Amino acid sequence: MDARLTFLELPEHRLYAPDESPTEPPVVRLRDFTRAFGANTIIDRLDLDIHPGEFVALLGRSGSGKTTLLRTLGGLDDAPGQDVSVPSSRAVVFQDARLLPWKRVWRNVVLGLKGENQRERAHDALREVGLGHRIDAWPLTLSGGEAQRVALARALVREPRLLLLDEPFAALDALTRLKMHGLVLDLWRAHRPAVLMVTHDVDEAIALADRILVLDGGRIAAQERIALPRGERAELTHLLRSKLLGILGGTATSDAVIPFPQGGH
Amino acid sequence: MPILSKLSRTLGSSRWLSPIAFLAVWELASRTGLIPQRTLAAPSAVAGTLAEMTLSGELPSNLVVSFERVLFGLAIGVTTGIVLALLAGLSRRGEAAVDPIMQIKRTIPTLALTPLFIVWFGIGETPKVALIAFASMFPVYLNLFSGIRGVDARLVEGARSFGLSQAELVWHVILPGALPSLLVGLRYSLSIAILVLVVAEQINASAGLGYLINNARDFLRTDIIVVCLLVYAVLGLAADGLVRAIEARALVWRPALLDA
Ligand SMILES: Nc1ncnc2c1ncn2[C@@H]1O[C@H](COP(=O)(O)OP(=O)(O)OP(=O)(O)O)[C@@H](O)[C@H]1O
Ligand SMILES: [Mg+2]
Repeated sequence: MDARLTFLELPEHRLYAPDESPTEPPVVRLRDFTRAFGANTIIDRLDLDIHPGEFVALLGRSGSGKTTLLRTLGGLDDAPGQDVSVPSSRAVVFQDARLLPWKRVWRNVVLGLKGENQRERAHDALREVGLGHRIDAWPLTLSGGEAQRVALARALVREPRLLLLDEPFAALDALTRLKMHGLVLDLWRAHRPAVLMVTHDVDEAIALADRILVLDGGRIAAQERIALPRGERAELTHLLRSKLLGILGGTATSDAVIPFPQGGH
Repeated sequence: MPILSKLSRTLGSSRWLSPIAFLAVWELASRTGLIPQRTLAAPSAVAGTLAEMTLSGELPSNLVVSFERVLFGLAIGVTTGIVLALLAGLSRRGEAAVDPIMQIKRTIPTLALTPLFIVWFGIGETPKVALIAFASMFPVYLNLFSGIRGVDARLVEGARSFGLSQAELVWHVILPGALPSLLVGLRYSLSIAILVLVVAEQINASAGLGYLINNARDFLRTDIIVVCLLVYAVLGLAADGLVRAIEARALVWRPALLDA
């Protein structure tokens, strides 16, 4: 792997676990993955492993190919003839919740599921995200945060081995976003899927992830592994944020959002 | 005089006032001989004729005949329109096969085909039903086709990511997404069907509203003509109400309807 692996060295803390080689095989394995649109190579010979139960955050400039990578992992784009292995049980949560407006919330949750007791299963999943009482609501009557929680329930009811999140909270206000972080962590601890979360928010990545990847120039330009428990990352955040923002090629103009030198979306 | 001014304000803003005033002026003009009976019958005469024709069964029996023509024509036209729109909307090959023909058909005003239909189908019920079917097919086709193509691609993709098969995608995502457009098309089809009915019934009919009108014309019975016009209007209103009722049931998930 010729990606630029960087590890922050802080003598007084042992913040980062060594890159131990886990015994279990990875759930996601990409080797030499390339994706181009016409002459435009977006992902360039990228290698990536994600291990079972690992929470990975993916940072990168706008247009760096984060969504492209996630779409491949989610099977939304196929990658013929490439060395890509992903589990068949996976679920995607998009930035826009993508609920079908003509189906009640619970039918959205079990969309495409086979088997008995669908309503029961939907109800359990909705209770987990705190929306048990909206089981019969129409999606267009939900708030943005509620819709996103339904989308989470819809992903989790499938008990996926790989959960893919594409900027799931970008449209939410700061407070709701914090609540959603707590919820995602709870769900992740309860179900233990491997998670790949695309985000623009460095603080969000630091608060949630075991490992942070920075995508740049079609490769993993940097990665950070955080061993510190999630409750104790306050000190680390400041250091790591400026470092990551540095890697991303901008200066920390705003508190937490990566600036887009080439224009955002 | 607060009560009087309030009353006049209520009357002034009421939407009933102008039609009622119109009827009153019409009635007055008829009574004073300003409008002769043979030009236009008085509202009271029309009401009397309406009651008479209803009681004698003349109006209901002819109405049923006209109604059946619309119903058959619509059933054929709408079904064909839906099937063709599904063919064209759901597959590129279907679009290549169906859409050019439909676009050519669109350039021909349906009513201009009347002579040809008479040559082909004679002067019985068939050309009338065929004309209605032919005319009502296109609005349904056009709207459903564009509705299918306009379904939010992100919803389709999201649903596909949850492992829905092609048939399930069509059933759970594409058709419900295109339903509002289909209903718009249906509404146009209904009003066009009634329009074509009026013309088609002029073809040598021996029953139906058009037959009543033709007869009345020969005997200068303007009261009967107005009664039939009223019935056409009621048919149009009923058709619109029908689509509204379907919409209210089928599109309950839409926010505008949720508020209501
Ligand atoms: N279907 C496509 N056809 C052509 N170009 C595409 C297509 N999809 C993506 N691209 C291009 O690939 C590049 C990466 O897009 P992608 O959506 O992966 O970026 P991103 O990292 O998710 O950005 P953002 O943070 O703004 O969401 C962009 O320059 C985009 O224009
Ligand atoms: Mg993106």
